[in-house]
Amino acid sequence: MVPFSYTSVADPQAAVRRTSEGHGVEFIAGGTDMLQLLQEGVRAPLELVDINGIGFDDVSVAVDGVRIGAMARLADVADHPVIRERFPVVAEALHESASPQVRNMATVGGNLLQRTRCLYFRDVATPCNKRVPGSGCPAIEGQNRINAVLGGSPDCIAAYPGDLAVALIAADAELMVVGPKGERTVLVEKLHRQPGSTPHVEAVLEPGDLITAIWIPIAAGGRLSHYLRVRDRATFEWALASAAVSLGFEGTRVLEARVAAGGVGTTPWRLRAVEELLVGRDLDRALAHEAGERAADGARGYGGNDFKIPLLKKTVTRALMRVGGISPGEPA
Amino acid sequence: MLEVDKDRARHAVQPQHAFLVTLKVNGEEHRLNVDARTTLLDALRDRLHLTGTKKGCGLGQCGACTIIVDGRRVVSCLTLAVMNQGKEITTIEGLANGALHPVQQAFIEHDAFQCGYCTPGQIMSAVGLIQEGRTRSDDEIRENMSGNLCRCGAYTNIVDAIKDAIAHGLDPREAMTQAVEAIAQDAGREA
Amino acid sequence: MNVPLKAIGQPVSRVDGPDKVQGHARYAAEFDQPDLMHAAMVLSTIPSGTITAIETKAARSAPGVHAVITHENAPRLPYAPMAKRPQVDAQGGDQLKVFQDPTIRFNGQPVAVVVAETLEQAVHAADLVRVSYEHADGHTTFDRARGRAPSRGNEKAGRPADTEIGDADAALKSAAVSIDANYVQAREHHNAIEPHATIAAWDGDHLTLHDKTQWPDNDRDEIAHVFGIKKENIHVVSPFVGGAFGSALRTWPHVTVAALAARVVQRPVRLELTRRQCYTSIGFRPHTEQRVALGAAADGTLTAIVQEAFGQTATYEEYAETTLDPARNTYACPNVRTRYRLIEMNTNSPCPMRSPGVATGMLALETAMDELAVALRMDPLELRLKNYADRDQHKNLPWSSKELRACYRVAAERFGWSERTPEPRSMRRNGHLIGYGMATAVYPSHRAKASAAATLLRDGTALIRTAGSDMGPGTYTSMTQVAAETLGLPVERVRIELGDTDMPYAPVHGGSITMASVGTAVQAACQALLDDLAGVVKASPDPRLAAFKAGTPEWRDGGLAGPGGVISFAELMEGLGFDRITAEGQSAPGNESKTHSSAAFGAVFAEVEVDPDFGTVRVPRIVGAYDIGRVVNPKTARSQCVGGMVQGVGMALLEQAEWDERFGRPMNGNLAEYVVPVCADIRSLDVTFVPGEDTIFNPLGVKGVAELGLSGVSAAIGNAVYHATGRRVREFPILPERLLMG
Repeated sequence: MVPFSYTSVADPQAAVRRTSEGHGVEFIAGGTDMLQLLQEGVRAPLELVDINGIGFDDVSVAVDGVRIGAMARLADVADHPVIRERFPVVAEALHESASPQVRNMATVGGNLLQRTRCLYFRDVATPCNKRVPGSGCPAIEGQNRINAVLGGSPDCIAAYPGDLAVALIAADAELMVVGPKGERTVLVEKLHRQPGSTPHVEAVLEPGDLITAIWIPIAAGGRLSHYLRVRDRATFEWALASAAVSLGFEGTRVLEARVAAGGVGTTPWRLRAVEELLVGRDLDRALAHEAGERAADGARGYGGNDFKIPLLKKTVTRALMRVGGISPGEPA
Repeated sequence: MLEVDKDRARHAVQPQHAFLVTLKVNGEEHRLNVDARTTLLDALRDRLHLTGTKKGCGLGQCGACTIIVDGRRVVSCLTLAVMNQGKEITTIEGLANGALHPVQQAFIEHDAFQCGYCTPGQIMSAVGLIQEGRTRSDDEIRENMSGNLCRCGAYTNIVDAIKDAIAHGLDPREAMTQAVEAIAQDAGREA
Repeated sequence: MNVPLKAIGQPVSRVDGPDKVQGHARYAAEFDQPDLMHAAMVLSTIPSGTITAIETKAARSAPGVHAVITHENAPRLPYAPMAKRPQVDAQGGDQLKVFQDPTIRFNGQPVAVVVAETLEQAVHAADLVRVSYEHADGHTTFDRARGRAPSRGNEKAGRPADTEIGDADAALKSAAVSIDANYVQAREHHNAIEPHATIAAWDGDHLTLHDKTQWPDNDRDEIAHVFGIKKENIHVVSPFVGGAFGSALRTWPHVTVAALAARVVQRPVRLELTRRQCYTSIGFRPHTEQRVALGAAADGTLTAIVQEAFGQTATYEEYAETTLDPARNTYACPNVRTRYRLIEMNTNSPCPMRSPGVATGMLALETAMDELAVALRMDPLELRLKNYADRDQHKNLPWSSKELRACYRVAAERFGWSERTPEPRSMRRNGHLIGYGMATAVYPSHRAKASAAATLLRDGTALIRTAGSDMGPGTYTSMTQVAAETLGLPVERVRIELGDTDMPYAPVHGGSITMASVGTAVQAACQALLDDLAGVVKASPDPRLAAFKAGTPEWRDGGLAGPGGVISFAELMEGLGFDRITAEGQSAPGNESKTHSSAAFGAVFAEVEVDPDFGTVRVPRIVGAYDIGRVVNPKTARSQCVGGMVQGVGMALLEQAEWDERFGRPMNGNLAEYVVPVCADIRSLDVTFVPGEDTIFNPLGVKGVAELGLSGVSAAIGNAVYHATGRRVREFPILPERLLMG
């Protein structure tokens, strides 16, 4: 771990000022990903600005939506009664993510920006374009079981590992951001950038930009939703594939659909082709399968992660069935 | 191979790397100089010699370093010592209050460990779990104890011990020692 | 005559439990030393080549740094050969000599160590060391074509290249029913939760090591040879070991690094491996590929067993396993051929991991037996019973004890095996495919020379000391029970100390030999203590003791029985005017291994639940019944068995090093991406011990537990997966993709 300085700030403006002053000044909040990156030598900040004192850690309910402070801890949001009742996709995404201890520490804002679990990114003994631009991507022809099948470029196939961002896309959420140039909003769907030739640039945020809140419009709360993840072990593992599904119905007919996938894309991945197929049709087992088949449109495997393509389809199908209250039926 | 090596030279401000901090651990205040880099785990183990909190991975992936901070279970490896000033920190050494805590007693009776290395973390995690009330079924206990790896494989005994501690009258609200609970309530009022 | 208090066989709670649950038990890294400094290693990042330059200036001038040691400035170490290579070391080649030359033999090899005032300073300075290499061709692929026979050292250590009884290939050809398949077992890492750590402190030419070790006495020997000093000058302290499973059997290079660093800076030094370093600085279970071909008559009688194994080993040292032991004596079969080959790779050296070799061999053999049962349309359990081995046919010796039939019966009954419908995919529950599978468990029982000291103190309590370790099975507790029963004391009045080379010699704490070896030594020490005490009583002029001199002494109720009642140990010591009386006891293997073959046995039954869409496998329950001889402590013995089941779940479904051939490096070197079972993966585990005592094998009648607990588990799970899905996955672990694809 490189030597770094540490400052604690009490208001967001101070935090923004401090971090916009120069490169290498980084926020630390829950610290659960930052500490891993520091310990493994992946990050080398000059200074950490502790923003735990700035507030923005509550969930407030308004008539038109729910505002989740960016500093709220995963456990608190997962347990919040309104989140659980109106936005199950969000509560479920949080509920069995990481470990109970990490959920008590990690903030929702930080969670959205967690870095990839790509084995090469996390091991400084190997090259990685995301960690050291231009050094190469060994994952493409290497151990890529956990890497992305959607959104990869010749320079990077690192998967975005998180769940919350995927669920928030299905809930039409946007982010409140304060930065050196003032406040603005960013759709969660637009937060992350495709790797392209600059995989080290992961988000549309600029130095000094601070996420202060997540806003979920109440309309999303009128839909039925579910978050489903598939992992090797029962829990405490990033998803091999996950699906966030949020559907508005009239009877069994789908009026509105939001479907996103996690663990499979270089960013949280919205599945528009699946959504388009669903809207206007009666959701039954056949449609769930038909829609699931479209989930991996454009996907490409790299050997070790080939299985994610069928897995993604089946994960989306199952999540759709759950939301539609359809039994998956007996195995063939 | 670091992201910002090139920026290091440009940093204008003379950095402060060492800090005098006050850590309140098991009800006792400790003043010590720490490096900004020092994790709370390393401060507990190497500076305060409270080695009951174990280091298994340093990356939040095993749970051996679980402690309770301001009434919540956390992994002490994923937070810096300097970030924990003024907080109420309880480690395994602060759990027994004269007699063994009911969870400690139940762990012995149910043989909920072998090598004992993950044990303090398991016990602190169990105390946090019971206080959270996530013990309504075996499955809920299993899910919510899954942040603590046990390589000796004592999981079934751990679940039995936790159920036993609850069955023997350990009220979830009393899962933590009274002192910790009182402080947690104070913190709640202030918030 | 000693009237036992019946401490043996009781479910005594761990005597070290209170210390462990309060965080008072101290592990290697936790012994505070005055002026302790911290070390951090720099590891190679290429698998093969030579260091051409090593730039340490930045590291040396970093704050707090006292030394940067590389091959360029390290003291030359004698690395004197040991007269007899300990069985925990690789039996061929030569150990890695740290910082003695610029050659790189594997990725992750220590190339420098930084010593600094604080851990943070050491770690950072280690990052500042820049190493340049000249790459050389190496071997980072597991290439069967390069397989070669084990060297003579390994042959002699029971890892023969080729064995044959009868003519297995001919029998296979003419068999009524046969199967022939290949199996892959992934490289697995121990991942004990305590990382390996050493604190080294020199006082003149005396060295104290607080080390994570399963064998303090050998740790001392090894370091004595490395540094060319007398072993009497080294004191190893290791009272608690936070799990090891074989990873701390031998003394790894980092122990030398710590001692070397401490010598250079003239201060105590602590070196604690990071989790990632635990993937290359210690050993692992080697990647192994096997072929098993079985032939049988139509009634299921085995006529041929062919088992061939390729295991990986390092280039600098040759580690081999007893992978093919099970093929040779688990079942009765007139024609058995085995073939063992090693593939040298640029990797750190593999080493034993729980049930070494046997778990790997059993995985293939027991999967193949299941395949044969399918081919025969026969119940897999019936097939095992049909070929029950009443003798060890390889050694041509009778078993000293074998209650495997009872294990099969008890486990099958408790599991409800009779409810299994034989057709694959025939059992369903809640949209999941359900499968039942079973396997035999076996692990050979050995014992080794051991000693212990028993001391009776003035207050009538006993103190037992032996240098052996307790990495978790409950040695502290079981030895206390043996001593209590032998002395006729309640367990509360016996204290035990372990893990210190100042104590009487103990053998390696591994291979499930501790109870049969150290346990019998403790028993002997306690008996010697009683004999000594009887002698002293007889010789005592004290008139109060006159009544206790007649006949054979009868020890009971915490003292010596006489006509007027029992005189307690405390009263005896008082009367004799002794503060303490100590006796040593030894035990050693006798002739029993020449007249009998000894092994622990078991039967394991597993139920799996497979998601037909995702290929994810969960294990709702495992049932095992075991013949471990006499059960000293059913509580701790059960814990060992359930622990083996949990590791078996990992081996069957989760655990694998993700090796990158280009770098010669396991890439998932952490506990997030090297996936081990968590609490939620484990539901019901049921363990029964069938009655039995093996007094031919040793006077205590015990066999061994730890290795047995893992044996067969992963095969039982794999067989259940086949039964659930109709898919035979022959590459372990059975990951979702292996059910989804191909």
